[in-house]
Amino acid sequence: MAHVRIQAHPFDAGAEIAALTQGRRDVGAVATFVGVVRDRNEGASVGRMTLEHYPGMTEKALLEICGQAAQRWDLIDLRVVHRVGPMEPGEPIVLVAVSSAHRGDAFAACEFVMDFLKTRAPFWKREDTPSGPRWVDARVSDDEAAARWAPPNR
Amino acid sequence: MATVLYFASLRERLGVGRETIDLPPGSHTVASVVAHLRARGGPWESCFGPGSVWRVAVNHAMANPEATVSADDEVAFFPPVTGG
Repeated sequence: MAHVRIQAHPFDAGAEIAALTQGRRDVGAVATFVGVVRDRNEGASVGRMTLEHYPGMTEKALLEICGQAAQRWDLIDLRVVHRVGPMEPGEPIVLVAVSSAHRGDAFAACEFVMDFLKTRAPFWKREDTPSGPRWVDARVSDDEAAARWAPPNR
Repeated sequence: MATVLYFASLRERLGVGRETIDLPPGSHTVASVVAHLRARGGPWESCFGPGSVWRVAVNHAMANPEATVSADDEVAFFPPVTGG
């Protein structure tokens, strides 16, 4: 049921949300997250960011993450749109939108998908700074955020 | 012949994004492929030597050093992911 898309051009968050409710009467909640390129990171100003991915594996990893969310919560639909290539500060990078009958499931699943995307989906950021381009390092805090979702029976 | 891919900072440091390597007959693992790559020396030693940080996928699934690698497999090495 999940819809996963990788694209170079900016997306229209409103259109993605509308697609989740179009023609349906059973959706009671849509939770969304939009990640945006920031003009500062790790103490340096960022002029442009370039996202690289692993074609084939990235889509598969995102679908797996959506599948895990759908098993864990009572969801109607999920959409993940992630951009690749060059983008400027202020532009959207990623959208996660989750629809369900009630907000609790939608909120939780949206956060889960983002936390897992950040630690499991093969994307890499390179940012242009005044001292030249640099690859963004993975953050321990992202691993900790994903670890919060360990199954309760573990 | 296994296909080996390198992404992001690893690709830049090694100066190669994709190659095929001949695996001698017998069983192989990610660890034995890494040992083969390290033996090239130079950036290969620093990228795959002690203390190096990398992730690996075999046929588009995250894997670990013990994972089996066969001819025709696609093995990808990359740094920890930073999407979102």
